[in-house]
Amino acid sequence: MTTRTPRRLDLSALFTWLTGAALALDLLLIVGLLVLVAVRGAGALWPHPVWSLGLADGTRVLGEIHSREPIPDAETGRLGDAGRIRVRIGNRDVSGLDFRWIDETQVTSRETPRDAVLVERLEWGPFFGFPAEIRTRAGVVASGPDSVWTAFGPLHDAKVALRERLRDVERGAIGDVNHEIERVRLAERRLEREAPPEPARSERAAALAARRAELEARYETHLAELRALREELADGELVLTTADGAQHAIPLGQIVRASQPNALGLGGKLSLYADRIAEFVGGQPREANTEGGIFPALFGTVMMVFLMSLFVVPFGVVAAIYLREYAREGFVTRAIRIAVNNLAGVPSIVFGVFGLGFFVYGVGGSIDRLFFADALPTPTFGTGGILWASLTLSLLTVPVVIVATEEGLAAVPQAVRQGSRALGATHFETLRRVVIPAAAPGMLTGLILAMARAAGEVAPLMIVGMVKLAPTLPIDHHPPFVHLERKFMHLGFHIYDVGFQSPNVEAAAPLVFATTALLIAIVVSLNLTAIVLRNRLRRQLAGRGV
Amino acid sequence: MTAPALPLIEKPAMRVIDLKLWYGSSLALDSISLDLPERRITAFIGPSGCGKSTLLRCLNRMNDLVDGVRTEGSVLFGGRSIFDPEVDVNALRKRIGMVFQKSNPFPKTVYENVAYGPRIHGVRAKGELDGIVERGLRAAALWDEVKDRLHESALQLSGGQQQRLCIARALAVEPEVLLLDEPCSALDPVATAKIEELLLELREHYTIAIVTHNMQQAARVSDYTAFLYLGRLIEFGETRELFVKPREQQTQDYITGRFG
Ligand SMILES: Nc1ncnc2c1ncn2[C@@H]1O[C@H](COP(=O)(O)OP(=O)(O)OP(=O)(O)O)[C@@H](O)[C@H]1O
Ligand SMILES: [Mg+2]
Repeated sequence: MTTRTPRRLDLSALFTWLTGAALALDLLLIVGLLVLVAVRGAGALWPHPVWSLGLADGTRVLGEIHSREPIPDAETGRLGDAGRIRVRIGNRDVSGLDFRWIDETQVTSRETPRDAVLVERLEWGPFFGFPAEIRTRAGVVASGPDSVWTAFGPLHDAKVALRERLRDVERGAIGDVNHEIERVRLAERRLEREAPPEPARSERAAALAARRAELEARYETHLAELRALREELADGELVLTTADGAQHAIPLGQIVRASQPNALGLGGKLSLYADRIAEFVGGQPREANTEGGIFPALFGTVMMVFLMSLFVVPFGVVAAIYLREYAREGFVTRAIRIAVNNLAGVPSIVFGVFGLGFFVYGVGGSIDRLFFADALPTPTFGTGGILWASLTLSLLTVPVVIVATEEGLAAVPQAVRQGSRALGATHFETLRRVVIPAAAPGMLTGLILAMARAAGEVAPLMIVGMVKLAPTLPIDHHPPFVHLERKFMHLGFHIYDVGFQSPNVEAAAPLVFATTALLIAIVVSLNLTAIVLRNRLRRQLAGRGV
Repeated sequence: MTAPALPLIEKPAMRVIDLKLWYGSSLALDSISLDLPERRITAFIGPSGCGKSTLLRCLNRMNDLVDGVRTEGSVLFGGRSIFDPEVDVNALRKRIGMVFQKSNPFPKTVYENVAYGPRIHGVRAKGELDGIVERGLRAAALWDEVKDRLHESALQLSGGQQQRLCIARALAVEPEVLLLDEPCSALDPVATAKIEELLLELREHYTIAIVTHNMQQAARVSDYTAFLYLGRLIEFGETRELFVKPREQQTQDYITGRFG
């Protein structure tokens, strides 16, 4: 009998292999994505060598080689050794193009001249050339590659300092005055609306007029200071010889930084790299977001996620506690639970539309009518802002928190609860002192998932307060310091905007990768913080170390 | 070790009078009447499912937490029925402590486990709590083993230590009665012996009711024994008498092991 086992295909081994292969594929895709983003993102700001290429038609080209692709053979159609290279030639104001494809067969000579200069400018993108001379109003300061380069450093530092002062005046002093003038304007409107009896009215009107005159005088002085600074900044220019021998003058005040990448050793490259990263992470965007930094977007993203957490945790946790600990199990509870779970599957843009209708127009509009009537018809809270965006996202993520919290609560054994009740603790005391602390890791899991989801969400934000360029951060030095009604920038939207909406997509592509890498880094570090916190809590509860 | 001979009529700490209990529509306790004499150990024995735990849980109204439970009859404690609607259940449970079959320490430190009850009942001062925790742990014969790890998680303790911690936790609120539901069922003989020794010490101060499946244990530690079968009290009396010459045939069969 024993020998007559029917022959069966051994599916278990096959199944093991299948599941393993699926996992491996998933991992490969994820790791591949991360590596691609990390490499391209980190490489975006690394200094490239500047090549001087001699072409068959006798012209010369100066620039960075960004990529190469093989060209199919004209007859066979197969890919051979022949290829073409993509060169970033910059000098957009002269040549009109940032990039140029060059057939490799056309290139007759290649070299990396040590004194080739890459100038990064506030406008028009990078410029490649050789130093020729530096001129100021007083005349030629230096000429010849070496002396120009030595003279350039201190001059440039002075201009950078000047630009900084200019910005301080613009954003600081003038911003303050504008802020004050706006307050006077609102006070005038309030006066008009309230229309108090005569002596009081003209007294207040006179006081306001005096205040306005004083502020306008202050504004004029600052403006004069600004004009003087601008004039000083405009003085001086760096003259470069382009690859084809023409001379081009760049105002010193327009130069972000200039470098001779070919002459740099590893240390020099590293410091240039660090400088660029610092500008990228901490600076303001320029040139329709395709250059400069992404600080406002970074700040907006992090602040929005934090605000969202602030709303979603109490809200979701309380709802879950009610569902799990107080509500009687029955049809209604089950229906609510199903509804909550389904809420997680609703397309996020729907939440955006709801946020716009309910928060922005409904709640925000009412707030405006009640508290900011002086500013109407200009909306204050009645338009998209970081507060409404965070609230919208917290609605979007609340199911995640509810589900995770409920699971955490359900995992607290009945025996432990009974132990507490047997000591004479009430239901509430048991909940507060035993059940909720024990369920805290579950709640943190919910928060982690919510934050990850919120940081990456873009669609609903587009209609409740996110903008491609916000003039001010939601936190600044004007009371009340935190301006929840302000619009904000967001890394996710920034990626879309820079990568697909900018006039110069090709030049911005590396920045897209860098921004993506940063967004991923933020999400990962937010999550890691929460995970570390959760594991510490778990360890405390389970008793491995305290 | 045998329990000393005692006069049968003693001052009862709790009196169960004609107690009936239903889970939904099924009768789990049928007209139970018995006394728990003060500062004596009373054992509940009987086959699985006969209602021992149910009876024990009635004594501090833990059955209130179970849906669909209905009781009739009364349990007197301090001259008053504990089912009286005016009775504060939480104050009652403070006076009648309970230790469960499976140890259930809170996922907190050893110290916090013992301090939990007193905190709930309003003790705030650190010095006072320290004293209560030490006394509780000493009373549960656990102090020497955990005095250096008071601030480590209670879940790190061994099973026997956890069970004694639960006893310490119950003692920390200074109850008058202690209910124990098979406190040794998950323990090895050494830990069991420790807890039995402990019970005999606690007997000096507390009225104790203990559920056990272990006949030797009941014989060793208890002064009185109640034998339950199918929700009914078959026999209740002094332990020695009940074990040596039971009045009922069913009791005889059960304690000699001739019984399902
Ligand atoms: N929560 C409950 N709901 C419904 N019936 C219950 C519940 N708890 C116990 N019962 C029933 O009541 C009867 C007595 O149960 P109980 O737990 O008191 O038995 P026990 O004597 O403690 O048994 P064991 O020795 O196995 O612990 C059993 O028939 C059991 O099925
Ligand atoms: Mg039982």
